[in-house]
Parts: sequence; C-alpha cells; structure tokens
Amino acid sequence: MTTVEDRPASPPAEAPRRRPNPLLALLRNSWRQLTSMRTALILLFLLAVAAIPGSVLPQRGVNPENVDRYFVEHPDLAPQLDRIGAFEVFGSVWFSAIYLLLFTSLVGCILPRMRDHVRALRARPPAAPKRMDRLPQHTVLEAPGAADPQAIAAVLRRRRWRVQVRGNEVSAEKGYLKETGNLLFHTSLVAVLIGVALGSWYGWHGNRLLVADEAFCNTRQQYAEAKLGPRVDSADLPPFCLTLDNFDARFLPSGQPESYRATVTVDRPDGSDRRTADFSVNSPLRLGSANVYLLGHGYAPILKYTDRYGRSQTSTVPFLTSGDANLTSEGVAAFPDANVDPATGRRDANQQVAFEGLYLPTAPDTAPFVSSRFPEERNPAVVLAAYRGNLGLDAGIPGSVYQLDRRQVTNGKLKQVGDRKLAPGETWTLDDGSKLEFLGTKRYVTLSVRHDPGEELMLGACVVLLVGLMGSLFGRRRRVWFRVTPPDSGSPTGGSSLVSAGGLPRTEHPGFAEEFASLVAAVRDDGRPDRRAREGVE
Amino acid sequence: MSAVSDQLVTFAILVYLVAMISHAVEYALGNVRAVSARITPARELVGAGVGGAGVDKVDGPVVDAPATTAPAGTPPSTRPSRSAGRARLAGRIAAGLTVLAAALHLGALVTRGIAADRMPWGNMYEFVLTVTWIGTAAWLVVLWKRPSLRRLGLFLTLVMVLLLAFAELKLYVPVVPLMPALQSYWFIIHVSTIVFSSGIFLLGVVPAVSFLLRNGYEQGRRSFPYTLARRLPGAADLERLTFALHAFSFPIFTFAVIAGAIWAEAAWGRAWGWDPKETWAFISWVVYAGYLHARATPSVRRNVATWIAVLGFLTVLMNLFGVNFFFTGLHSYAGVE
Ligand code: HEM
Repeated sequence: MTTVEDRPASPPAEAPRRRPNPLLALLRNSWRQLTSMRTALILLFLLAVAAIPGSVLPQRGVNPENVDRYFVEHPDLAPQLDRIGAFEVFGSVWFSAIYLLLFTSLVGCILPRMRDHVRALRARPPAAPKRMDRLPQHTVLEAPGAADPQAIAAVLRRRRWRVQVRGNEVSAEKGYLKETGNLLFHTSLVAVLIGVALGSWYGWHGNRLLVADEAFCNTRQQYAEAKLGPRVDSADLPPFCLTLDNFDARFLPSGQPESYRATVTVDRPDGSDRRTADFSVNSPLRLGSANVYLLGHGYAPILKYTDRYGRSQTSTVPFLTSGDANLTSEGVAAFPDANVDPATGRRDANQQVAFEGLYLPTAPDTAPFVSSRFPEERNPAVVLAAYRGNLGLDAGIPGSVYQLDRRQVTNGKLKQVGDRKLAPGETWTLDDGSKLEFLGTKRYVTLSVRHDPGEELMLGACVVLLVGLMGSLFGRRRRVWFRVTPPDSGSPTGGSSLVSAGGLPRTEHPGFAEEFASLVAAVRDDGRPDRRAREGVE
Repeated sequence: MSAVSDQLVTFAILVYLVAMISHAVEYALGNVRAVSARITPARELVGAGVGGAGVDKVDGPVVDAPATTAPAGTPPSTRPSRSAGRARLAGRIAAGLTVLAAALHLGALVTRGIAADRMPWGNMYEFVLTVTWIGTAAWLVVLWKRPSLRRLGLFLTLVMVLLLAFAELKLYVPVVPLMPALQSYWFIIHVSTIVFSSGIFLLGVVPAVSFLLRNGYEQGRRSFPYTLARRLPGAADLERLTFALHAFSFPIFTFAVIAGAIWAEAAWGRAWGWDPKETWAFISWVVYAGYLHARATPSVRRNVATWIAVLGFLTVLMNLFGVNFFFTGLHSYAGVE
C-alpha cells in the first residue's frame, strides 16, 4: 500500500533536474513505461491469469479441508505448490506484486491526468481555428443583419455548454464529465483497495458453535477458529457476550427451509448493557463493534451415561450435519472419565466409553435408520454404536471432537460393544450394566463473528466507482465554434452577416453530426425565425 | 406448468433452428452487389432498449435493408436481382421466426417461474434459459433499430440453438423452490443484473466474432473462416456495435458484482471470499476492463481489442458452466488433473 501512495510523489521531483544522470533517466523511463496504457493492459491481463489457479486449486481461505485432502492425494506435488503460494493465491507474493504494480501504474496514471483535468476545467474553451472547414463538422449560415455573438453564446449556455466569447468568435466546450467520471472511477478503485487493506489489517473474525442456553464471550480462546489482522491484538476485541436463547427454524411441508431466526441475549462480560436481539441468515446481528452471522444450525442430543459404578455424566453433544437437507447429523459423545473405580479413584484408560452415530430429527418408521425424513423433530432418534476401550485422547495427537479416533478402532484398542436406536426418554443398558439415556435435544447454531473496518469505505467507493464509470463510458467531450462575419466586411450577401460554425468531437462520438446540426439549427432559429438561412452543407 | 415450460423450450429451439436455416438461405442467396447498391446515409442506433445510453449512434453510410417493411418502390437503378429478392424474403422470414422463438422462449420462462413460484433463476438450467432470452430480446431491439445488421442473425440463432440444446440436454433439472439463503432482495437484484449483463455480453459476442471475420475479409483474406464474412455488414459498423454492447453491459455487470458482494456480506459474513464463482466474476471483470482499455488505446489494433472481448465472454461461459461442473461438491479441486 505504501508503495502505491508514496511512489507517484517522486517523479515530478525528478523532472527539473537537468543533468543526464543515467540512473535517473532509467528511473524516469521505467516510470513512463509503468504508467503507460500498454503496461496497464498487460498488468490487467496478468491479474486475470494469476487469479485462475485460485479457482482451480483449493484455497486455504475458502476451504482448508480440501487443501488437506489435496495434500493427501498429491503428496509430491502439493508441497511444491504450497511453496509458491498456490493454496493462498490471493495472498501470494506474485499475486500481490501484480496488483500493487497495477495500482502503482494506476496512481501514476491518474495523478497527471487529474492535474491536466483540473487545468482543463479552469481553462476557457480555446479560440476557433482559422479554417473551420477543416473540422469534422462545419457549416456556414447566413444571418440577416448583424448576428450577435452574445446571442449565440446564450443559446449555447442554455444547452449547458461552457462558453467563451472573444470578439466576434464564440468557443464552447462540453462533456468534461467524461474525464471527471474516468478519474473518479480510477480513484475509487484505489479506495476499494485501501478498504480491502484496512479490512485485512484491522479486521478480525472468529467462528464457533453455540448450543442453546450456552453463552460465550468475544475472546480469542472462545472461538473454534479465529483470525486477527496483523494490527489487531487479542485485547482489542470488543468485550461482549452472547447467549443463545432460542433458535427457530420453519420449514415448508416439502422440507424446504422457510426461515431461520436466532434470539440471543447480548451483554458485557460483567453483565451490564443487557439486551436481547434477533437475527437471521440474510440479516446479521450488527453490534457496531462486530457483526454476528448465522451460518448454520443443528441439533445437540443430550446423553446421560451411567457407568458400571453407578456414576453418571450428562453431555450435550452437537451433532453436525453434512449438508443433508433433512438434517441427518453425525456426532460422537465421549466419556473418557467413565468407569473410574470409586475404590481406587484410578482412571482406567482402557475402560473409556464413547458413543458414535447419527441423530435423525425425523427417523423413518422402519429400518434402516440412516437418514432423516424431515428437518424438524417429528420422530427424533439417535442411532448409536457404543465403543469401549482407549479413546486415544492421551496420545497427544489432536483429534476432532466430532469424530472417534479411527486408529484406535483399527488397532483394536477400542472395541464396538453394540449399537441401538434410542428415542427421547429411552434408556439403553449395555453389556456391562452401564446405561445410556437419551434425554432430548437442544438446538445449536454456528456463528461467525466479524469486524471489517474497511467495509464502509469499500461500499462508498463502489458507489462512486459506478457513477464514475457511467460518466466515463457515456460522457462525450466535444467543442464547437461560431465566427460571425458582419455584413459590412464585404459580404456578397449584402445586408446579412455570415456565421461559420465548426465542431470537433474530442472523443468518439458517432452522434455528433446530429448534435451539431441541431445546435446550428438552434442558433439559426434564435436569430430570425422568419427567414430561412441558406445552410452550406458540405 | 413445468411440463408446459419444457415443451415451450423444445418448440423455441426448433423455431430458432428454422430461423437459423432461413438466415442461412438468405446468406447463401445474398448478392453482394444488390446489397451494397442500397446504401443509405446515416441511420441511427439508439439505446439497446432499456437504459440505452450505452449504445452509440452510428453514422456514415450503412447498408439498409428494413426487416419488417418492404421499401415502397425500389428505384430502378438499384433493382435487386431475383435471388437477392428471395434472400431478403428469407431474411425477413428468419427475423419473424426469431420473434416467434423469442415469444416461445419467454413463455417457457414465465411458465417455469409460475411453476416454481419464484423468479426463474434458481439453477443453471434456468439461468441459461434466461440469459439466452435476454440475448435474443436485445438482439431484436438491435435488429429493429439497425435492420442492416440482420445477417448477424445467422450467428445469433446458431448460438441460441447450441446453448439451449445444451441446457436442455445437460443442465435440465425439475422445478425446485429457493433456499432461505437465496431469499434476499439483494439476491434478486444480483441475479437479475448478472443475467441481464450476461445476456448482453452474449449478444456482444456475435458482432465481435463477425467483426473479426469481416475485418480479415476486408483486409483481403480469402481463406475459409473469413469467406464467411463476405456478406456481413461492414467491419467498422460491427466493431462499433461490439463496443456499444459491451460498454452498455459492463457497468451493469459491475453493479451486479457489487450487489453480489453486498448480499454475500449479509448472508455469509464476507463481501468477497474468492470462491470459484467470485474468482471467475473477477476474472471476467478484469478482462472486460482490459477490452475497454485496449479499445481506448490507439496503439492497440481493433481486432486485438475485440479478441479480448471474445476472451471475456469465454470467462463468462466458464463461470456459467465450467465452475459448476469442475469446482463444486466435495471434489472441488478435481478440475486440476
Ligand atoms: C486497476 C486497474 C484498472 C481498471 C480496472 C481500469 C478500468 C477501466 C475501465 C473499465 C475503463 C473504461 C472506461 C472508459 O472507457 O472510459 C477505463 C478507462 C481508462 N483507463 Fe483504466 N483501469 C485500470 C487501470 C488504469 C491504468 C493503470 C491506467 C493508466 C495507464 C488507466 C487509464 C485509463 C484511461 C486513460 C482510460 C480512458 C479511456 C478512454 O479514453 O475512454 N487505467 N479503465
């Protein structure tokens, strides 16, 4: 960013130096090259090409799981690709280099054009060329009596031309909006980039899952995954806490979701500023210091396990959905502290217990119980397999809380000891006399909490960008001149003065001929409406 | 209703096909001398329908061959040969058939929308159906304003037949309602503008490719693809139409992308996340910006600039089809092998 802002200041400073310093000459030449349209074109093209791998290869910022899978499937290629940033294309050195160069070129391009444009805005329309008939549009009309340049100027002014009268000559120019729009457009591109930079430096976000009636506070530790911009410290996170009071999902009879609504209580960690708020998928909770987005939802079965010594533990376990519209969800309830012998107080690492399986909000009436029939809880059931043995939690390898460690199963340290379907309120007695009771479920939501300080700037810049773009594309700069030759200067027409007119479109403007003709007609009719002037058409 | 829609699509494809054949007949019969004899001065092309500010007025001599009304009394000096007369008839029939096809096509869209009880933009099939319709509708507007460009209809109907047949065979899905995440007015705004601008870009490809052929032809190339352009309107006209359509569409596309970002912010918590769709929208946008730059740079030849516009449309197609085929689902990296 700094390069973008600072660089353009230097070249004008170089200009006054006269001594042919080869280094400076080189610099100046490079600068000219960089800020040429051709370079801009090439850089634009490069930017487009460089973005392609970002869509072909999995990206960490979009889908980290796919990146991991890619590493597994292409063990040789993946590390090489990783080294050149192919899994983080949009943050890679080469991608950044391209857009920074492009924006440097852009700034180098718009600064001089801004200066020129301000000059052009201040300047008066230039004097008429000697020979009007050399202009793309020209004509001569005959005006009875002495035609008045001021009257012609008035006609032009009425049509919003910028007019300058010099003696018997009228110069007029119109369409400054084109360049204004173009400069606005390009400047707002820079503003968008600044917005992006602000967001990535000073923004942060965190994701987590929140079960109904649970609360969490906005600290880094309480997120399952959090990312803070380089200029943000954990202590900078605004202090607030959220409690999920209620989650309401409505579905159409077909099972298609109709609406989601989460109700939360927001307060400060000390309990002050308490209030409740609602939000849903397309309308996030905007807290000012952060926005809370509802990303997903599901059910968390409440399971009570009573071990063989009669000690019970209750666990509310969020089961995750894997994209199934009827919310078939998977999860695992682990009880690593089960079967602690009350006599010795020792935990037996081979007597740990876990239940893995499915939760079906609407289970089918008959087997197989593998998928839910409806996303609402019409016939809820958990279908669980019980495992006993060593869960492998002490091995030091971080495992997912939503999955059993399969290695423990394959190497025989963890054994399946039965499976069953349970409706709420049902109890399953296992082979060793321990019991599992399915008490019911709670709702959970997955949330993303974000703060992006660049957003307002980007939005504003986008509005300006669009307005500028329209001006730039549809504006047309053009000039017209009128020169009045009074009757006494030897005109062959006797009592009439001749008005010669010329027009020059300064940008491509295929309709200019019509505009010029109607302008000339207006000037003519403004003089003497009763007399038809002889119009010299080329 | 949805069955009606399916049938209408089939009929529309058939009618486009017949229109295409009719255009081909016109093309085959067309007599260059008879056409160039009827040069009339400055006709104006105003606005491609909606908004319109983007479309240039074109002056200079252009070939005029009205599509709907026969000129009353052709001057003897420019009396067209019999085959040219038949060619014109074939061309008019083709234009009429295109109108009919567009009406059927619209009927298919409306019935599909009624069947689904929402805007018909919920999936790729409907998306292609809508984009192609916009392209045709915009073409009819252009044709109405500039009948002389009628011969481009051959390429347009060809594109329509190909795209619609592809949609029918490969993309068809039964009617389903919209997800809650899509139930946002920003979504409607975003999708309608994307569809609209894509339709105009699609139409823009027709004069772009025609220009590339015609330009080669005018520069004396007489080998195969260039000979196709023997009876096309003049290269300069085609080039201006290409630019007009792109200049008209680009701000709409820009707006559509911004609207998408606003919607994504509300729905997913981030305005821009570089998922494959967003990435390809970015690529298209940059390529089209490149086209506008190239066209504004005098040292870049017009055919180079036009190639960039064609490239831009390929990226739009990539976003429409490629991204959905290669990059979705769990194996979103599968496209790399
Ligand atoms: C960040 C990358 C850039 C983008 C996305 C971009 C985009 C655009 C677009 C869409 C236009 C079309 C508007 C019009 O035709 O008036 C345009 C015009 C223009 N751009 Fe850029 N631009 C970029 C960078 C640059 C740079 C680096 C330069 C200078 C070398 C430049 C100079 C111009 C000029 C002079 C025009 C006016 C062309 C005309 O006469 O119509 N742009 N730009």
